[in-house]
Order: sequence, then structure tokens, then C-alpha cells
Amino acid sequence: MTALQFVLGLFALVVALWLVALIVLDRQPDDYLYGALGVLEFGLFMQLVVGLVMVTGDHGGVNVAAYVGYLVGSLAVLPAAFLWSLGERTRAGTGVLLVAVIVVPVLFLRLHQLWGAR
Amino acid sequence: MSASTRTGLGRILVFVYGVFALAATARALVQLGTQASLAPVAYSLSLFSGVVYIVATWALATDRRRIALVTICVELTGVLVIGTLSHPSDIDKASVWSDYGNGYGFVPLVLPLVGLWWLWRLRRRSGRGGSEFPA
Repeated sequence: MTALQFVLGLFALVVALWLVALIVLDRQPDDYLYGALGVLEFGLFMQLVVGLVMVTGDHGGVNVAAYVGYLVGSLAVLPAAFLWSLGERTRAGTGVLLVAVIVVPVLFLRLHQLWGAR
Repeated sequence: MSASTRTGLGRILVFVYGVFALAATARALVQLGTQASLAPVAYSLSLFSGVVYIVATWALATDRRRIALVTICVELTGVLVIGTLSHPSDIDKASVWSDYGNGYGFVPLVLPLVGLWWLWRLRRRSGRGGSEFPA
């Protein structure tokens, strides 16, 4: 796993705990939380750039289409969750964000597997 | 509009379905686009599962309960049949439903059960209000 993935994965888990707290306390996400999601999304974009550099270099026969597919697909998760959660400003809407923030590190594990399967 | 397939827990359910619609469809397109000759049947099934997730996501998001019920039943049948027929070692020929969705934390096996439970619960709660789901 790359250092960027590790740091972003930890960050995603911290945001996930944050969202759990919001759900338990029945509070709505504030600007700090949305800011954290923005930072995470920026990190995913950085990962796309790093990943594209990696697959154009000496990648030793990694499945490039699948790898890039996961990198690009990961960018869609948080914005989609954000828009869908706005439709219902309840615990359920916050729960959508929680699912998205858990999906992100799962995608990291999948990227790590793909890279390791060379 | 008080009880809809997309409100409350349904909002989370629709999102999870959406994630699987994207994951299964994208996976199948990559498989068919890069190595279609390796396992055309398995990859076509992969694409089929993606389409089922897309329709289920749409039906749940727009409160079309009968279509949701049909697609979720197809999904459950698919994961049980493919899960039984597939062999865990066929990693290169895998789909989302292979080995009962083992590669996806068994979420593909649990998801249709949650979906059916959700539709059943809504039907009980809105026995007279449900437009296309006669009690």
C-alpha cells in the first residue's frame, strides 16, 4: 500500500467515526465535516495522478484498465453521496456519507490487491 | 410521500445499490473490454448483474416497488445460483456474485435480503397508501 493510501485510509476512518458520532447525537454535518470530505476527495484526486504515473512506468503487468477504473471510480463516490444525502437531512442522509467514507478505504484495499497481483 | 422506498433507511439502501451498480457494471466492462475471450459467459453474467443493480437502484430511488421487487428477486436468485455454481479458484473469471459475493464481503448476498425486508416493511406500514403494491 502506498503512503498516500495509508494516510488517506486513516483519514477516512477518522471521518467515519466523526459521522458515527453525528448519527448517534442526531446532529447534522457542519462545514468542518464537509471540509474534511473535500480534503478526502482532493486526496483521491492526488491518488489518481500518482496512480497514472505508476501505471505508465514499470508496472510489471498490472491490470491497467482495472487499476485506472478503480482510481477514476473512487472519485465519484463522495460527490454522489454528498448530493444524495442532501435530499434528506436526517440521520439517514448522514448514514449515506458514512457508507461512502467506508467504501473509500475498501477501494484502497482493492487497489493494493491489484498492484500486489502483478 | 411519507413512506417511500428512498426515505429513511431506504436512502442508505439506494446508495449501497448505486455503489454496486457502478462496481459490477464497471468491472464487467473492463473484463469484456480487455479479456473477453477468457470467460465470455462469466463476464456476460457480470454485466447482467450490473444491469440488475442499475435497475434496482433506479426503482428504489423512484419508489417503483413492483420493479424493485422483481429486480431484487432476480438479484437474490442470481447470487444464490452463481454462488453455488462458481468455484472459489476461478478468480480470473469472477463476477460480483461468484462464491456468494465473497470478494465483496458477502454484501451481494445480504443486500437482496435487506431489500426484500425493506419492501415488505413498507408494504405493511402503508397498506392502503401504496399505489402499485396491493396488499
